[in-house]
Amino acid sequence: METLVNTQPVCKFAPWEDPAQEPLVRFENVTKKFGDFTAIEDLTLNIYEREFFALLGPSGCGKTTMMRMLAGFEYPTSGNIMLGQNNLQKAPPHKRPVNMMFQSYALFPHMTVEQNIGFGLKQEKTAKVEIKRRVEEMLSLVQLEPFAKRKPHQLSGGQKQRVALARSLAKKPKLLLLDEPLGALDRKLREQTQFELMNIQEQLGLTFVIVTHDQEEAMTVASRIAVMDHGKIVQVATPAEIYEYPNSRYSADFLGDVNIIEGQIDVTTGETASLAWAEGEIPLAISTKLRPQAGTTTWIAVRPEKLRISKDKPANADNCIKGEVWDIGYTGNISTYHVKASNGSILKAQVSNREHLADRPITWEDTVYVYWEKGAGVFLDA
Amino acid sequence: MAVADITSPSEEIQETSSPSSGWGRKLLIAIPYIWLLIFFLAPFVIVLKISLSDVILARPPYFPNFDISEGWQGLLAMLQAFDLENYVWLTEDTLYLNSYLSSLRIASISTLLTLAIGYPIAYAMAKAPKEWRATLLMLVILPFWTSFLIRVYAWIGILKKEGFLNYFLLWTGIIDEPLMILNTDTAIYIGIVYSYLPFMVLPLYAVLEKLDISLLEAATDLGCSPLKAFWVITLPLSLSGVWAGCFLVFIPAVGEFVIPDILGGSSTIMIGKTLWVEFFSNRDWPVASAVAILLLLMLILPIILFQKQQEKQAEASQ
Repeated sequence: METLVNTQPVCKFAPWEDPAQEPLVRFENVTKKFGDFTAIEDLTLNIYEREFFALLGPSGCGKTTMMRMLAGFEYPTSGNIMLGQNNLQKAPPHKRPVNMMFQSYALFPHMTVEQNIGFGLKQEKTAKVEIKRRVEEMLSLVQLEPFAKRKPHQLSGGQKQRVALARSLAKKPKLLLLDEPLGALDRKLREQTQFELMNIQEQLGLTFVIVTHDQEEAMTVASRIAVMDHGKIVQVATPAEIYEYPNSRYSADFLGDVNIIEGQIDVTTGETASLAWAEGEIPLAISTKLRPQAGTTTWIAVRPEKLRISKDKPANADNCIKGEVWDIGYTGNISTYHVKASNGSILKAQVSNREHLADRPITWEDTVYVYWEKGAGVFLDA
Repeated sequence: MAVADITSPSEEIQETSSPSSGWGRKLLIAIPYIWLLIFFLAPFVIVLKISLSDVILARPPYFPNFDISEGWQGLLAMLQAFDLENYVWLTEDTLYLNSYLSSLRIASISTLLTLAIGYPIAYAMAKAPKEWRATLLMLVILPFWTSFLIRVYAWIGILKKEGFLNYFLLWTGIIDEPLMILNTDTAIYIGIVYSYLPFMVLPLYAVLEKLDISLLEAATDLGCSPLKAFWVITLPLSLSGVWAGCFLVFIPAVGEFVIPDILGGSSTIMIGKTLWVEFFSNRDWPVASAVAILLLLMLILPIILFQKQQEKQAEASQ
């Protein structure tokens, strides 16, 4: 897992922290039911202008339903969806200033690339000259000028994806919806396209909402992520916040790799709480501003890359657990050591492979010490 | 020696397997050709031969006949006796030209009517809930389970002056006097549209059912109203089905005999009926054959167009 913590410009983009900012999209207590099945349950969410907002979750969590409600293909059973000052409750899809890029691309097979991109403008009765200009602009934006006269079946998957993007951008929508836009591309192309998407979004100053089940994709492109589960939003925050301070076991587990340790609060002294996690082991120390009640059962999350591993007992470690190397996951750039603690639970520690393979001293069934600082652990609510 | 040992098995395989698989392949390809040769080309040649002959009062009612015992001489004598007299005759009497034109007109109008009725049916079937579609498809095919002739006869009972249709319309008060539908062109249109509707609905349904709904969603998302989306997306993408359906209705409708004979009036002339009269009433086999040959030539154009359309569709779907 690589986390790209956006190197923020001097002026930080965080309209959600500014109470004076009017959100572009507001979901107000939206519920959507399909028969007996509740796809979205009493959901409230604000999305701000110029955001690149990601709806992240496993399939069936309701993220696609949210997107289809924004596009107008589904209507909420109850609650309101506001776009600026307009209530979208009654607006059919063709009357919304919202465009969507479909997962299947949905390119019109009987039209050329040019005609596909110009389709939306043509519906608005835009002048021919203007359509031509905008289509050319879009073609150059997605670097497809030589393919203007081709039909969709003469294009590769990546090219189709670009045409679909250009078509959905041609009308300069207030809100662009991207439904798993990169799902059909191979890994290399997907990574490259992610950055292109971000550049285009910044260049055009539009608001994007992306639906994805790929957490790396969401973390790379998004300004904020909404982690969804069973029709509810578990956490909405910036990628870095969700990664560093997940609020629940669900979002900690969904974004990246994590060690979740269950225990009881022992004592809280100052800003350090201690957690009894196993019989006969020293309680773990966790920095926290909250003052958790002694005796409550809770969980902490520690990311594997924050765990260090050594064959010798470290001096002055805040937390240290002795264990045995159970497994080693080698992915080239990093090795993940699975260490079995005395109570049988497995802790994952990630080490980046700076040394050559032969120089790494730790191997299977070695007795090792896993240690981390007290600031690395985070309490989880649920 | 070792080299020979290694190569010989492969040679053996080649010798034994390739000729036999070649023959099997050829045989398989030959089957449709043999079929066409026996059941299409041979009868065609016989009809062509009769169309070049002269009518006589005899059995068979045409001359010359080929007697195999006379050998080459007989064949030559027969070829010399052939002439295009019957074809010339067809151009001299306006009845035949009128029959052809009238057939083309009736077939064209019926095809358009069938399309106008068949498209909405196919569209509704394709949009119906998935669990209903098989039943609806079954209902379209169901009439084929009864004899075509009986179904056309049944229309007499509906369309005649004292028939169900007039009875119903009088009862509802829409009309005051019974309509004269039977024995008119209208009755023929009704008969053809009714009989050939499945041939229109089935290819249209096949195309419409495969249409990707996300294309229509994309169109409306880009600002196209649902009605316009039908014109710019659904219709163009279902054209292959429209063509297939139209040809499947038009080609047999041109040569239709039973429907005009049973439902049409004496004033309606269609080439199938003219042909029947020549053959059975006038016993003029050579002229009847000439009519048949010309009808075939006339239909070759739409058949070729149909074939081309099918090929194009097959290419596009690849």
